[in-house]
Amino acid sequence: MIQELTSRLKLNFPAQIIPRYSCFRRGSMFILVLGLLVGSLMPLGGASGSPGSGTGQDECKKNNGDEKNGNKTTKKSFPVLSLNYENVRLPFEISLWVLLASLMKLGFHLMPRLSSIVPESCLLIVVGLLVGGLIKLVGKAPPVLESNIFFFYLLPPIILDAGYFLPIRQFTENLGTILMFAVVGTLWNAFFVGGLLYGVCQLEGTNLAGVNLLSCLLFGSVISAVDPVAVLAVFEEIHINELLHILVFGESLLNDAVTVVLYHLFEEFTNAGTITVTDGFLGIVCFLVVSLGGIVVGAIYGILAAFTSRFTSHTRVIEPLFIFVYSYMAYLSAEVFHLSGIMALIACGAVMRPYVEANISHKSHTTIKYFLKMWSSVSDTLIFIFLGVSTVAGPHEWNWIFVVATLVFCLVARVLGVIGLTFVINKFRIVKLTSKDQFIIAYGGLRGAIAFSLVYLLNPKHFPMRNMFLTAIITVIFFTVFVQGMTIRPLVDLLAVKKKQETKRSINEEIHTQFLDHLLTGIEDICGHYGHHHWKDKLNRFNKKYVKKCLIAGERSKEPQLIAFYHKMEMKQAIELVESGGGSKLPSAMPSTVSMQNIQPKKPPQDRALPQLSKAREEEIRKILRTNLQRTRQRLRSYNRHTLIADPFEDGLDEILIKRKKMKELEKKMNNYLTVPAPPADSPSVARARLASDPQAWGLKSVTEIPTIKVELVSPQNPESVKVVDEFSKKGSQPKGSEEEGGLTMRVPSSEKQRKDKTPDEEPQPRFMRCLSDPGPAAEDEDEDEPFLP
Amino acid sequence: MGLEQNEVSLEQIAILHNRFKQLSQNEETLRRDDLKTIQDLESNPIRYQIIEAFFDRRNFQKDGVGSVEEIGFEEFLTVMSYFRAPAHHITEEQREEIRRAKLRFLFNMHDTDNDGTITLEEYRHVVEELLSRSGALGRETAKGIADAAMLEVASISVGPMAPDEFYEGITFEHFLKILKGIEIETRMHIRFLNMDTAVFCKQHSV
Repeated sequence: MIQELTSRLKLNFPAQIIPRYSCFRRGSMFILVLGLLVGSLMPLGGASGSPGSGTGQDECKKNNGDEKNGNKTTKKSFPVLSLNYENVRLPFEISLWVLLASLMKLGFHLMPRLSSIVPESCLLIVVGLLVGGLIKLVGKAPPVLESNIFFFYLLPPIILDAGYFLPIRQFTENLGTILMFAVVGTLWNAFFVGGLLYGVCQLEGTNLAGVNLLSCLLFGSVISAVDPVAVLAVFEEIHINELLHILVFGESLLNDAVTVVLYHLFEEFTNAGTITVTDGFLGIVCFLVVSLGGIVVGAIYGILAAFTSRFTSHTRVIEPLFIFVYSYMAYLSAEVFHLSGIMALIACGAVMRPYVEANISHKSHTTIKYFLKMWSSVSDTLIFIFLGVSTVAGPHEWNWIFVVATLVFCLVARVLGVIGLTFVINKFRIVKLTSKDQFIIAYGGLRGAIAFSLVYLLNPKHFPMRNMFLTAIITVIFFTVFVQGMTIRPLVDLLAVKKKQETKRSINEEIHTQFLDHLLTGIEDICGHYGHHHWKDKLNRFNKKYVKKCLIAGERSKEPQLIAFYHKMEMKQAIELVESGGGSKLPSAMPSTVSMQNIQPKKPPQDRALPQLSKAREEEIRKILRTNLQRTRQRLRSYNRHTLIADPFEDGLDEILIKRKKMKELEKKMNNYLTVPAPPADSPSVARARLASDPQAWGLKSVTEIPTIKVELVSPQNPESVKVVDEFSKKGSQPKGSEEEGGLTMRVPSSEKQRKDKTPDEEPQPRFMRCLSDPGPAAEDEDEDEPFLP
Repeated sequence: MGLEQNEVSLEQIAILHNRFKQLSQNEETLRRDDLKTIQDLESNPIRYQIIEAFFDRRNFQKDGVGSVEEIGFEEFLTVMSYFRAPAHHITEEQREEIRRAKLRFLFNMHDTDNDGTITLEEYRHVVEELLSRSGALGRETAKGIADAAMLEVASISVGPMAPDEFYEGITFEHFLKILKGIEIETRMHIRFLNMDTAVFCKQHSV
């Protein structure tokens, strides 16, 4: 039978694949995957369903046979090989499903032509249908998407992923619009669809008289909610502009509260039998409680997580665990009280993120990011596959009129709702929503597995037409995911909707965004109007003054956003620089065709008062600047404003040679920590260029006792900082060794006092450098201590 | 000419007039000190630049230069009108004009010596003011950040430069270019100036 199936499959699929040579290989790979799938299905098909599975029994029989043979020869032979499938059945099956899902995902991406036409979600549903069909063929009952599994295991990772990486700025800027769509839009949809369906049910000719108003309203409320899973799955691939993305996606997240309330409301009413005005009023109160309660629960857990992360500097390894567990607890706690779990999860992720990211290490950050993406990806895949399988499995009751009516009403309700709401919303928005935007918003209202699971939860006793509902919902889901999901991409191209801009945020934009924020707040204050800039500013100040002190460890709490952004950017560039081969190719983000000398005007130097700055910090900052800003040349003299024309080659040469010698010594010590070799001895200009661009070179000297030459010397970027170094050395301590004059930066700064100060602070520096390079095995644990944002 | 779309409505003018009277203590003209007494401005890191902007002749749209000691209501209103949002149905050209006008306002705030360019010193001053609440750490990093920002502008606007060439400062055209990503015409607005209904005016204890 296996051969029959595989051959059948083989026959079907190659027809789709154009027999061109390049596609042939991909096609064969897909067939291989499919073969693997079928092969893995056989035990699965046999295993799922009733316990005491067939294959298990077969193999047991075989084993018994062996044993019997053994019995004939000896009285009691020790079972060398025994089989006990029942023990591992559950985890085995789960793993098989997960494996199946992942292999499918793998398979799709091996065929780029297919994945560019059909969104992944569609393909996965098709696979689910196939698998369900196969299982049915084998004769077992295919598993259905249990609501418990869905709500407790499959949904949270997706929502947490969305909440943790939610773009807060855009979200809050458009919050009013999103709330309008989520609350008013969903209510409108629910009542429109529910009401009209009831009307249809009352019509003669349909034998649907048994469906009462409440059931219809319940059905309407369930089916009207836009599904975040489906929206994410489809919108991720089409890359539309951020505004539309956040509008549809935000709506899909926030309408959960509405859905939960309506669902429970109508369920209760169906049990109760009668409704009064009080009940309606209580419903509204319930909505507020559910949504705000969910947010509060999420925020509490978020703050707890942020607070916990403050103390994890010694146990970096379990940092991600805290994030995940606290978020999951937030979700579960909200579910305990029938509050909106999704909103709790979103609130938790969004609240804890700024504080947690300031506290955790770089590696933990990466871990969290990748775990979240991995789990949400697996969940997403499993949900769609199960949706397909459940379609094959589920008890269906097909009623043409009901299903078609549902579909039509859903679409109409969505379109009307969006148009109506946009008309009202545009009166309050600065950036108005155009009709193109409205079309995408309406078209992007996809339904998904949440609706299905909610209907599945219905008690058949109270809702005898549950099967019909299930069928109708599945049809709507299929329609939206397949038809709308597949056609949205060409439509987006056709309508020339603005796509997501891939430009990186520049430091100038960041500076001016902050500047604008302060400017607008100031103007509002002058106007005497307490607008939303004023309140945002107040919130920021409160955050900075009290909250950050509690939740962020150590010095980071005082770091303003601009500096944090700058460090992050520099860190990214530093990593890019190292990865790109240590300076041979400079990252394109910071086109360093211009160097500081081009910018410094030839003005007389100004005296600056020395700020009190911890030396380590200063070193760190300088290191960051020096390694990234440009291909530095040793044009020191032009910065010394006294001499307009100078040839730095001669002056700098001695220092370079000394430096290189020192570096070689250090390099021997630090050999296992670096991947970038010390520059060989070549001509001065090449040597300079290489030294300048080699980020590794700078870091070495600070580690040792050897009076090292400070690197700022060779970097012409910061003449003032050069001066500062001079003054520092002059100021506190007697420099060992030669003292040089003339504004020259070549200073040997070490002294007892300085070194003592430096030793505790020096720790971050080598670690920082190691962080950039590929650390040797011994350096692993020290690396972790580096916080994510240095 | 360029700010025709930015004109404020009659009600808004009345409200702003009330506010003007309040700030100037019922005199005809407003002085710097009057603005300095606003309590909420105390915590704003760039308050001096904001106050200066009101007294900067370049913002009065009469092609003047330099600064004045006191302003009348007309000038107050002119400066305020920079913060009006563009109307919905305007042409691309008009939108561009509005954007230029607003960016010109910002440029004037940075270019304190009015030589048409933002030099490195001026830019450093801007960043330092922004970070002025962060103490010593802010000052040191401010230099680095300003330098990096200038480099970026130079690289984007001018491209590769030989070491002998010299980048004077950010001209207005370069300024436009680097801030293209921010939609100034919609971001730089106060909602108050948008509402057609009369809004209350907070009484500040001066």
